[in-house]
Amino acid sequence: MQEFIIAAVAASAIAFFVVLGLVPPLIKTLTRKNWAVKDVNRIGGAMVPRPGGPAILAGIITAEISLYFLLPQEKIITKGITALIITTSAAFVIGFIDDRKVMSGWFKPLALAGAAIPIIALGAYEPNLAFPLFGEVKIPVLYLGLIIFMIPIMGNTINSIDVMNGIASGFVMIASFSLAIVLFVMQNYSVAIMTLPIAFASLAFFRYHRFPAKIFPGDSGALVLGAAYGVIAIVGRVEVIAAIAILPAIINSFLFLSSVKRIVEHRQIKGPTMHTEDHKITATKEPDAPITLVRLIVAAKPLTEKEIGFAIFRLAIFSGILAIITAFASGVVVWPSS
Amino acid sequence: MAQLLIFTFIGIMWILILAGGGVLVTLVSKISVSGYGEPMDFFIASIIKAAIALVLVVFWVVVLSKLKNKIFQKQIKA
Repeated sequence: MQEFIIAAVAASAIAFFVVLGLVPPLIKTLTRKNWAVKDVNRIGGAMVPRPGGPAILAGIITAEISLYFLLPQEKIITKGITALIITTSAAFVIGFIDDRKVMSGWFKPLALAGAAIPIIALGAYEPNLAFPLFGEVKIPVLYLGLIIFMIPIMGNTINSIDVMNGIASGFVMIASFSLAIVLFVMQNYSVAIMTLPIAFASLAFFRYHRFPAKIFPGDSGALVLGAAYGVIAIVGRVEVIAAIAILPAIINSFLFLSSVKRIVEHRQIKGPTMHTEDHKITATKEPDAPITLVRLIVAAKPLTEKEIGFAIFRLAIFSGILAIITAFASGVVVWPSS
Repeated sequence: MAQLLIFTFIGIMWILILAGGGVLVTLVSKISVSGYGEPMDFFIASIIKAAIALVLVVFWVVVLSKLKNKIFQKQIKA
């Protein structure tokens, strides 16, 4: 037990302090290079440096490498950490390309599907899909397809909720802490500890990303967080519960896709919200603008960016609690599978 | 009120996920085929299971879509 505690504390501290230490010089470098985008929700439209992805990636990768040596050398753990490092790095490259050059709507899903291949190649998975309360289903061939789908879905889901200051990092922080608790409840301690660097890297980045943001994660940051979260779901065999923990982001993607009815780069469509005279955010009157989570939150009354952030965090905490309840309920099998 | 509806929608999605898993484990996973020889039986059964799972996913998305329209009718029109 002692080695687990040491590994957990060390990995959390490494992820937190690497991101905390790297972001200020990264902000300076990005500002010097004029890699900044307009914060459309800020009064006066301040230019905010982007992307913060390199700092987030460095924090997660450094902490996971330390875990490679600190955790017990079980095959599934070493394979899992290796898969997480490679897939997350690939997601970063994909996001970074999209940060520098706006690619088509299909680029990210297809490229992220490729980023999932190391998980299969390394065999860092069990081909059984666990359904809470009911048990597992053995789907050896179908599960490969699930892995290929899972990483693009997780990456794009987190990317699509990165709409305002602090939301993506704050949301992933809450979801990752929930997932870590879920894995502890299910006594999957090694993978629970592997989740902590994602949570602590998000927490450190949130310090600079929260309103008023000093840096944006960009696609590279959001995809790193989403892909890392997806790998943990697969390696930890908590695919369904991991999806429950990010239900608000899934709803956001679902609402968006069901209103737009096609895969499209979000920068190519009309904004779902607009500003009031007192600079609050309200739902747009455009009939063909997409429906999103933020648009529903501000449908009743205009809110400030900070208030919208807190509303989304409340939803994230709610779905995190549902995920933890599901984990506890998983011990109770109402229909044993054969 | 709008935010309460989103909490409700999340709760419904949670129940649908758990129920969908139950259908897959208790009904779909039990499907087996015999009479075509060992590898073919497994292959045909896998295709049937995958097809049913896909139909269930489509059904799940349609149900969610209808629920979304019902729950957020006012907000969407606004």
